[in-house]
Amino acid sequence: MIHSLFIINPSGDVFMEKHWKSVISRSVCDYFFDHQRKASSPEDIPPVIATPHHYLISVYRSSMFFVAVCTTEVAPLFVVEFLHRVVDTFEDYFSECTESIIKEHYVVVYELLDEMLDNGFPLATESNILKELIKPPNILRTIANTVTGKSNVSSTLPSGQLSNIPWRRTGVKYTNNEAYFDMIEEVDAIIDKSGSTVCAEIQGYIDCCIKLSGMPDLSLSFVNPRLFDDVSFHPCVRFKRWESERVLSFIPPDGNFRLMSYHIGSQSIVAIPVYVRHSLCLRESGSGGRLDITLGPKQTLGRTIENVVLEIPMPKSVLNCGLVTNQGKYTFDPVSKLLVWEVGRIDVTKLPNIRGTVTNCHFSALYF
Amino acid sequence: MLDSNKDNLKLEAMKRIIGMVAKGREASDLFPAVVKNVVSKNIEVKKLVYVYLVRYAEEQQDLALLSISTFQRALKDPNQLIRASALRVLSSIRVTMIVPIVMLAIKDAAADMSPYVRKTAAHAIPKLYSLDQDQKEELIQVLEKLLYDKTTLVVGSAVMAFEEVCPERIDLIHKNFRKLCSLLVDVDEWGQVVIINMLTRYARSQFTDPNLQDVDEDEESKRPFYEDENEVDEEQQEKRAPTLDPDHRLLLRSAKPLLQSRNAAVVLSVAQLYHHTAPRSEVHQVAKAMIRLLRSHREVQDIVLTSIAATATRRKVMFEPFLKSFFVRSSDATHIKLLKLEILTSLATESSVGIILRELQTYVAAHDPPFVAAAIQAIGRCASNIKEVTDTCLNGLVSLLSNKDQAVVAESVVVIKKLLQTQPSAHREIIIQMAKLVDSVTVPQARASILWLLGEYSERVPKIAPDVLRKMAKTFTSEEDIVKLQVMTLAVKLCLTNPKQTKLLCQYVLQLAKYDQNYDLRDRARFLRHIIFPADAESGGPTRLSKQAKKIFLAPKPAPVPESHFKDREQFQLGSLSHYINTKANGYQELPPFPLEAPDPKARDVETEPQVMEQAPLFTAKKVSSKKDSKFYSDTESPEDESEEDENSSDEDDDDDEEEEDSSSDKDEEEDDNEDEESSGLEEKLPKKVVKSNAKPKSDEEEEEDESDEDDSSSESVSDSDSEDESSEPSSVPKKQTRNAKPAKESTPVVKPKSNLDLLLDLDDVSPAFTPIMTPSLGGFLTPMSTPSSQVKTQLFPDIQV
Repeated sequence: MIHSLFIINPSGDVFMEKHWKSVISRSVCDYFFDHQRKASSPEDIPPVIATPHHYLISVYRSSMFFVAVCTTEVAPLFVVEFLHRVVDTFEDYFSECTESIIKEHYVVVYELLDEMLDNGFPLATESNILKELIKPPNILRTIANTVTGKSNVSSTLPSGQLSNIPWRRTGVKYTNNEAYFDMIEEVDAIIDKSGSTVCAEIQGYIDCCIKLSGMPDLSLSFVNPRLFDDVSFHPCVRFKRWESERVLSFIPPDGNFRLMSYHIGSQSIVAIPVYVRHSLCLRESGSGGRLDITLGPKQTLGRTIENVVLEIPMPKSVLNCGLVTNQGKYTFDPVSKLLVWEVGRIDVTKLPNIRGTVTNCHFSALYF
Repeated sequence: MLDSNKDNLKLEAMKRIIGMVAKGREASDLFPAVVKNVVSKNIEVKKLVYVYLVRYAEEQQDLALLSISTFQRALKDPNQLIRASALRVLSSIRVTMIVPIVMLAIKDAAADMSPYVRKTAAHAIPKLYSLDQDQKEELIQVLEKLLYDKTTLVVGSAVMAFEEVCPERIDLIHKNFRKLCSLLVDVDEWGQVVIINMLTRYARSQFTDPNLQDVDEDEESKRPFYEDENEVDEEQQEKRAPTLDPDHRLLLRSAKPLLQSRNAAVVLSVAQLYHHTAPRSEVHQVAKAMIRLLRSHREVQDIVLTSIAATATRRKVMFEPFLKSFFVRSSDATHIKLLKLEILTSLATESSVGIILRELQTYVAAHDPPFVAAAIQAIGRCASNIKEVTDTCLNGLVSLLSNKDQAVVAESVVVIKKLLQTQPSAHREIIIQMAKLVDSVTVPQARASILWLLGEYSERVPKIAPDVLRKMAKTFTSEEDIVKLQVMTLAVKLCLTNPKQTKLLCQYVLQLAKYDQNYDLRDRARFLRHIIFPADAESGGPTRLSKQAKKIFLAPKPAPVPESHFKDREQFQLGSLSHYINTKANGYQELPPFPLEAPDPKARDVETEPQVMEQAPLFTAKKVSSKKDSKFYSDTESPEDESEEDENSSDEDDDDDEEEEDSSSDKDEEEDDNEDEESSGLEEKLPKKVVKSNAKPKSDEEEEEDESDEDDSSSESVSDSDSEDESSEPSSVPKKQTRNAKPAKESTPVVKPKSNLDLLLDLDDVSPAFTPIMTPSLGGFLTPMSTPSSQVKTQLFPDIQV
């Protein structure tokens, strides 16, 4: 199972290490750095690296590498999934997970890691439980702690660990009982040059923020559950009930969590809400190129489209963009070569448009 | 600061020390000062000292021993949290001297009342094992006990310990097999992964191959089988189904809902379970869930795609409907793109190749050199796998030869070379066109390929080949090694077919090679010279070798078969580390082949006996047992029926409920395991049953309970008796419901304590909440999504007030 964990920042410093079994020297990370050097972008580093004695399994999140070291056979996905869970937990605790945050809270981080794994095997990974074991830091508590001398480590065992509902802490009390559900849908589509859809998929999530006292047992039914043919649930959802009745029945954890996610595959027809009309020519005269993009609504069922953001990853040779928009703002990051245009709401009468020139250095041939 | 008597200062000091440890700086010289604080009353200080101890105890064994007595004391602490953490730290201190102490502690903890402590004990077993291998036998005994445990909390960890300590002792699993299957859904995610992986191995060793019958029919041609599988239909499936061992079926059935887990590792482990053990007709069920994982993080995608790529080489049909999900997105990382290409090409069939080729064409225009190269190779693979499109592909590739990008041209040349080899029919124009490219292409691999082609098919282009050789001879010295070798080959081949024009050239080239820096080249030159120009060596006539030279050099060569790199991974368990890196990892457990004869399934039946022994006196004293020993699965659950009945009988006097509860507490233990199933079962069954029992006279109920007990799945029977009870008094339904639900509720969330006292303690924790898990009144659904929050509120309040 997981032997050690190293957290590495983008410049290649190991700034945190944790060992669950005997200590492994951090020189093992050299193998990782070798691969890092070879890869053109951090995304390209293979998640599993085999070295003579160890296996390095890494994830890349918020521009840090979390490298787990294993010595024996283990399902790689198990480790990857666990590392992501670690990052999720950090994000849950500190609201974001950056190098400076981790450095600032190294004690909490260390305690968390200690609690999450025992001898390399996951022990407590539910945030509800962890929060009972180790209180998340906040300013108020820090002050209170210094005044009263109390600690942020709880002295009692979280009862959730002991019950059949390991994801919910007991004794929750709210004066206002409320539950919020967010539905998020993402459409992934590949659209060819002529504008016809090659393939499109929907990935949807139901995120909840539930603040209810006691042990609420909720059920949620859908008007047209047939649409969900490929779903995944938070462990609190009862599988059987879903299979027989298509009703989500669950005792929710306290606070924020993702109740379910669903996937509507490429077989079904997906309506894409916007279209993009573009004319892009990166090599026109000498070093300049031309860019002209117009956005328009498509199949919106009468609703307006808001908060539209357009991102265009530019080829490496592009140096800068001089563009004019009739709506919203644009930014171009010359390092990551990403052009971001924040459009906002799409007005049907005046379609948003961006046009201008693109400067690029001219050595390699470009294909778009 | 550590010596100060103020906790605050100590805490601050410890925090700094831990900070040093976390950054990987050496902090071992502080060991004596830190160890003293292990007795600290302050929990936070204590915790940090523990963390420090675990890190450095190995280096300072003698000093570490000082702390042992503290842990021993803590092991007896009434608080389970303290007991557990003491055991955790004690077992994590890697000091050989304390092995006997840890052994003792583990034994005690394994019999602890608190499942949390037992879980810790399970974790401690592999730790002790890695410290001292001699303890194996004794540890296995403890482990056996823990495997019997029925708490979801413990089971996952116990199986993990089993995998690390004695994965070869498969006999320990027999009696727990059914229990593990039924608990599977409720175990924590990480435990599920371990259990499923272990059960896969178990299934491979204990059940016969479900595909055995078809193998005979389809072995020689697997493809046809897959293709008409869709038509292969119910009857054949039904014919096959009964041959599956009921336990095998149970395993597959209980794993299936886990395909909907949020944890990718769980999903993939179920997928590999199906891949390795399920009948062929059922494997495709996992495809959809695997596709869903592709929306996850990059690392997850990578690993899942690797698994799919390996599966797709053998089970095309499974992923064919999802072809479009493998289309490459421009935002994908390069290695993911490559994997997707790999999958696309292995999925290509006559019907789908058109779409795939169109996609591949677009990919060629991308600006990611390795990806473009792979796309061109993919076109080549499609072309050679599917005969119908070979010509189209070839034409497409030829048109790529005029591409502006050197790399694209070079890659196409290499691929065309391979394709031409598989198609011996004349492609004169292509060869001529390629010959022209010699002047412009600079990539050595491509130049070498062109030269080889010219040499091989020189008869078709008799005019051009010598000319090319002339050009190459001119630039010979500045070429790369790989090109030089091919120049020599070309020279020799031409020399054999067309000696008039090229003999001198050939001699010249060989002469050049003779003085090359690379000894491979010199060797090759010497070798070729002796065959072609034997006169140089000794002034005799042509040797026997040189007579055969034509046969040697111009023999027809077998065409390369482009294959997936993932073909050879079959030997490893899908989703394992070894599978991913394609070499055997440390500690990898081979997946055994299916046995021809299934081992005796009775081995798994024995499970019931020890429990019956324990439980029998308790409930026979109370009521007539309706237990049926002939059923397998019901044994664990049947005690519930008993306890339910107890509650029913005590229905009339509410006040007695509590005491009844206590006396039947031991039985309630069992209930918890199936809590989830029960509650869902209850609600499923409710509407139907109510109608039924209402129609019946009251006296029938007892009978009906017995009948329902005979039902195979006893979770249903529980709900039956419950619902009947409630409906039996329609006049006071609402009141009754809550009262009936109460005992059930109280019993459910509590985790198997061993004694009444403990039960009470635990009840204290839980009862204020009165988890309305089983309350049928909760049937109200929050229908439309539009106003969910307000609905929830109104729905919940009555329940919470219970």
